[in-house]
Amino acid sequence: MIQNTVRSETWLWLAQRTSAVVLAVCIAVHLTTMIIAMQGGVSTAEIAGRISGNPMWLVFYGIFLMAVAIHAPIGMRTVLLESTSLSAKRVGLLTMLLGLFVFVLGVRTILGLYQMVPAS
Amino acid sequence: MKQTHRNHPTYWAFLLHRISGVLLAIFIPVHLYVLSLAVTDGALLDEFLRWSSTPIVKLMETGMVVMLAAHLTGGLRLLGLEFLGWVSWQKTMVALSVGISLAIGLVFLLNAD
Repeated sequence: MIQNTVRSETWLWLAQRTSAVVLAVCIAVHLTTMIIAMQGGVSTAEIAGRISGNPMWLVFYGIFLMAVAIHAPIGMRTVLLESTSLSAKRVGLLTMLLGLFVFVLGVRTILGLYQMVPAS
Repeated sequence: MKQTHRNHPTYWAFLLHRISGVLLAIFIPVHLYVLSLAVTDGALLDEFLRWSSTPIVKLMETGMVVMLAAHLTGGLRLLGLEFLGWVSWQKTMVALSVGISLAIGLVFLLNAD
């Protein structure tokens, strides 16, 4: 039992660090893209024109989203375990729901943007 | 008793990493929802983007960018600490991480339309 807990904690630690490395690259790209995009003004048409039909952005945001959906719940799990009196089981459930929610919302958004027909 | 361990730059770095992390975890679902409006209701998103170009919202947005940059640079410091080993200039790394984050925030603010 204790061995299982230690093992899962190790996996969570590894997943947190691996996703962090992926996120470091993704966030640098994201911030740069946003600063460039803002110069021409961000609008629905601009977002659609940038992303729709572009497989490179689809893959990039897919990887970005997966890393976020792994990293954020594990981080929140640590915070909640350390600073609330909630049980580990409840914290696990809550943060798993957060990850799932972010993932589903993100997939819908990314696929929607990719398939969007840019306004001419 | 005075908690002297808290009066140290790396303690403040820990606190900043935690606060920025929690803020980001709250911000990201909202951010994704707003972005999904591009697909479901483009006119509403455009209205939202017009509202977000007011100075006060731009400042809040810049604050979020600084939080993201701080979580990124602070996280890189932690990865370096865990995988590359301890260095004697941890305080310098904290200062660098804060400095870079503020610089990124400034570049964002200067380019905000």
